[in-house]
Amino acid sequence: MARTVLVYVEVSDGKIEDHSLELIGKARELATKGGMDVGALVVGHGVRELARELIYRGADEVHVVDDPRLGTYRLLPYTKAVAHVVGATSPEVVLFSATVVGRELAPRVAARLRTGITADCTDVDIGSWTDPLSGRVYENILYQIRPTFGGEIMAAIVTPQHRPQMATVRPGLFPIPQRDETRSGRVVEWSVELDEDSLDSIEVLEVRREMRKVDLKSAKIIVSGGRGAGPKGFELVRELAKLLGGEVGASRAAVDAGWISYDHQVGLTGQTVKPDIYIAVGISGAVQHIVGMKDSKIVIAINKDPEAPIFRVADYGIVGDLFVVLPKLIEKLKQGRLPGGS
Amino acid sequence: MNIVVLIKPTPDITKVKFDIEKGTVNRASTNLEINPFDLYAIEVAKRIKKLFGGTIVSISMAPPQAEVALRDALARGVDRAILLSDRRFAGADTLATSYTLASAIRKLGSFDIILCGEKSVDGDTAHVGPEVAELLRVPHASFVTQVSRFDKDRIVVESDYGDAYYEIELRLPALVALSRPLMFLGETVEPSIPKVGDVLRARRAKIEVWSADDLKDVADLNRLGILGSPTRVVKSYYALESGREAKVVRGIEGVSTVLQALKELGVL
Repeated sequence: MARTVLVYVEVSDGKIEDHSLELIGKARELATKGGMDVGALVVGHGVRELARELIYRGADEVHVVDDPRLGTYRLLPYTKAVAHVVGATSPEVVLFSATVVGRELAPRVAARLRTGITADCTDVDIGSWTDPLSGRVYENILYQIRPTFGGEIMAAIVTPQHRPQMATVRPGLFPIPQRDETRSGRVVEWSVELDEDSLDSIEVLEVRREMRKVDLKSAKIIVSGGRGAGPKGFELVRELAKLLGGEVGASRAAVDAGWISYDHQVGLTGQTVKPDIYIAVGISGAVQHIVGMKDSKIVIAINKDPEAPIFRVADYGIVGDLFVVLPKLIEKLKQGRLPGGS
Repeated sequence: MNIVVLIKPTPDITKVKFDIEKGTVNRASTNLEINPFDLYAIEVAKRIKKLFGGTIVSISMAPPQAEVALRDALARGVDRAILLSDRRFAGADTLATSYTLASAIRKLGSFDIILCGEKSVDGDTAHVGPEVAELLRVPHASFVTQVSRFDKDRIVVESDYGDAYYEIELRLPALVALSRPLMFLGETVEPSIPKVGDVLRARRAKIEVWSADDLKDVADLNRLGILGSPTRVVKSYYALESGREAKVVRGIEGVSTVLQALKELGVL
């Protein structure tokens, strides 16, 4: 059997999730480098029709577990299905998206198979590694790269001896591979025995899809306020965000002070965002905050302390009093809009 | 009701130093405190105890200086704090950590519910809860933002899946990893500040320290610590070098700089 990089494919409303396609593309890259095949594993009901699409996107073989009892995502039977196929096909590498599903399903599968798993990787690669203690060389193993320690540090992690090598990989970081209808591949259908116990101990009562009131993750512009803003400064922050058609963000200090609710918090204990423009107002730039916004395309920082660490991750730094700068900026923006009325 | 809370004593990551050569946290550089997410687990444990009675036992795996964090847990309402501390636990990845915690829970005997925070602020994996649940063969729910029903043998929780909320019924015993903002039976849960009397009482309380030998009846000692860890950290480096160089201006000139930048970016 060929050595394989297997991707667990998530399906939502009968459609393959984009982040799963990204992973197929990444797996293709790893497989080429390490002389391996790309496998895809899809679990659900009515999912066998998706196999062809996965092959067009780069899979060499698609494993399908199609069962009416798996129509709604349920943790335990899905764990059973994935562990069964992985156990039976012995892939070298198994990749999951670091979504909520991936981050609860993958560790359960890893623990069941007694192998290692690295969470929320920002990249994965294939390379060789020499164990400094034994001198043993491991060829073509998976480098799992992830931020750790609050995001300040990047770590490269390997799983030298256990198989499969498992990782969850952060969505949105890799391109979706082109569709190639000339590709061909193998489809393998599995029937997995689902015991009543695993079906019964967790029941999904309802799935409620709803738009977030505060949508920081897909916001193009975020104006964030910190400790330096104070409750008065936050009024200016909100006004600026509104004028620019953006969302309001906040540092932990501002949330803890009660100036704004938790769902606006950016940073380690809040959300990780990457808008086109991030405007940090009165935020000093503690690591806790920076790890949540450092991947923004353009960062504009306004702070009166020229030594504030936020300036180290900024493209534009305004050293000044926000109570002088923001009102003026807001005024200019309003003037600019008057003639066109837009 | 037998309630277990998993508490990770974590360094204050805004203060702690990282040894980039060794790739490890210099734990001597700061105190260990309760992982902020785990404070919610303690809070929920107290509410369950109020409804059903029982005991709250906390389990932590950490070096001896984590005692301070565990005294804080006792002050906050944990009845019994167990610290798993031994050189043989050191260097554990998520699998070995989960195995050690699960073994300690086995040694405790029966449990009805295990509560933990959704993730730790230093490791940020969110994997230990699910792995503990798997090793104990109980169901779990991750990223829980609401506990909407709590009966003796079944609970209903709501998990935040990003684009949807899942309302899930779990049969007890089970593990629940709590997120924030958090609701428990219709009330918002926020960590409370311990009373002075409780802090003083906790200062004199006993922290039970368990070594690897204490687990030998329930665990395979080869599955602990670095020995039981399939993964190895082979390299680490600083992530925050952004390669950005800020164009800095002072005071009111900043207004035209921002306006200019917004124009260039096509916002205005």
